[in-house]
Amino acid sequence: MTWSDMSPLLWEATGQTARMVVWSTLFTVLFGLPLGVALVGTDRGGLFPAPVARRILGLVVNVGRSLPFIVLMIAVIPVTRLITGTTIGTGAAAVPLTIGAVPFFARLVETALREVGRDVVQAAQAMGASRVTIVGKVLLPEALPGLIAALTVTVVTLISYSAMAGVIGGGGLGDLAVRYGYQRFETALMIVTVVVLIVLVQAVQSLGDAVSRRLTHR
Amino acid sequence: MIKVSGLRKVYGSVVALDGVDLHVRKGEIFGVLGQSGAGKSTLLRCVNLLERPTAGAVTVDGRELTALGEGELRRARQGIGMIHQHFALLSSRTVAGNVAFPLEIMGMPRDRRAKRVEELLELVGLTGKAKAYPAQLSGGQKQRVGIARALAGEPSVLLSDEATSALDPGTTQSILALLKRLNRELGLTILLITHEMDVIKAVCDSAAIMSDGRIEEAGPIPELLARPGSRLTQELFPLPPAEPGSVTITFTGTYTGRADEPVVSQVVRKFDVDVNILGGALEDVAGVSAGRLRVRLTGEESGAALGYLRDRGLLVEVASR
Repeated sequence: MTWSDMSPLLWEATGQTARMVVWSTLFTVLFGLPLGVALVGTDRGGLFPAPVARRILGLVVNVGRSLPFIVLMIAVIPVTRLITGTTIGTGAAAVPLTIGAVPFFARLVETALREVGRDVVQAAQAMGASRVTIVGKVLLPEALPGLIAALTVTVVTLISYSAMAGVIGGGGLGDLAVRYGYQRFETALMIVTVVVLIVLVQAVQSLGDAVSRRLTHR
Repeated sequence: MIKVSGLRKVYGSVVALDGVDLHVRKGEIFGVLGQSGAGKSTLLRCVNLLERPTAGAVTVDGRELTALGEGELRRARQGIGMIHQHFALLSSRTVAGNVAFPLEIMGMPRDRRAKRVEELLELVGLTGKAKAYPAQLSGGQKQRVGIARALAGEPSVLLSDEATSALDPGTTQSILALLKRLNRELGLTILLITHEMDVIKAVCDSAAIMSDGRIEEAGPIPELLARPGSRLTQELFPLPPAEPGSVTITFTGTYTGRADEPVVSQVVRKFDVDVNILGGALEDVAGVSAGRLRVRLTGEESGAALGYLRDRGLLVEVASR
């Protein structure tokens, strides 16, 4: 296989991976961020303590996190069909990816938010800030460097999950590696795929680190 | 200005506040002195209801806070400034951003906010630091930001939670001087808690001593100095334990207007007594000189000499034999 044979395959696969990762990242943040806030807020001594809700949320998150992604991916196929109408393609792959990443990201968000000092939250309360204001103007901005770091780890995880999603017809770099590298013994393509994945992960991590550092004023 | 009555706070089986009454008058600096664990921090946090008291009432500036709903309480808190031991600044915001924060909560429009922030920074002596982040400031500067932030809503009351405990002695003095100045210039009522006698000495008009969740004594400092057996006086002027028969004389600048009047030599000259000085201390407190002297009087006219000292307005305590 020559470079000109590989090039279009690689471009297509990289594009599919990017689409899967971007969409699932978007939805992961959309659901995971509020979930993380809820995990911290409902805790005893939190902004809106609710021990029962807290226990239920914790349980749901733990169940989500304890399933290996490849099992979860297959288990949620009915949900995927319900949402996207199909179980094949990058759009369909975004569903299990999101479901798999939300609990993971929510836990990281929880950890980042816990880093914000209690005294800062209380100072805001003493100023007469409402709970919504405290979340929006104290907790999230103060935890922003940590949240960016959490997002970075999540995107890297999603890249790796997306390779598995290829197995159930999601396409992307993982699918390319399996079909050509493994099944057709195209070692050259396998190596190039590995390199592309490494570069992708490195780029995401470096960007995340740089942004997080930029936002840190401690 | 601040009235606290029958305040109790119980955490499980721990009684943090056990029936506290406190009255802070308008325009004064009131210091609550106590060891850590005495309940003074809980008391302060009950004043703006950061902690809900188990029982009792808190009234600030004529409003009974303990009777307010959540929304009203939030608005009432905007009129009560608070400064903190570890400053509690937002690390993600600049100095100006931190000072603007309470103004944002109050809903002040952006252009007026900027002007007010500038005024406040000038008031606390931080002009030119507006764009710095808290991490770039010294402890004293951080507390000045804290003070500017606390004053943003033009509060009538400032609560100070060990505001100088994390600062070195020199910086402590400059922050205390700033608080004193704000108290005088703005008529700001300040309730502060501290474990340092020096803070009480430097700025307070009134004081209370707290231990085990109770107020042991409270009142204007000159009054406490004139009160027999006052714990504040004992802590202010630490003397060795009184031997039986020894005489402790407490004097304040208010008794004749002069603390340096030579009462001891007068006594010796007027009466047939000998005076043996066992110990003593002199301090400036609440704007007056005050001191304590432990002596032993011997001689025929000891009783008359003590009477003479009492007549001069001095507090004379004789340790029982």
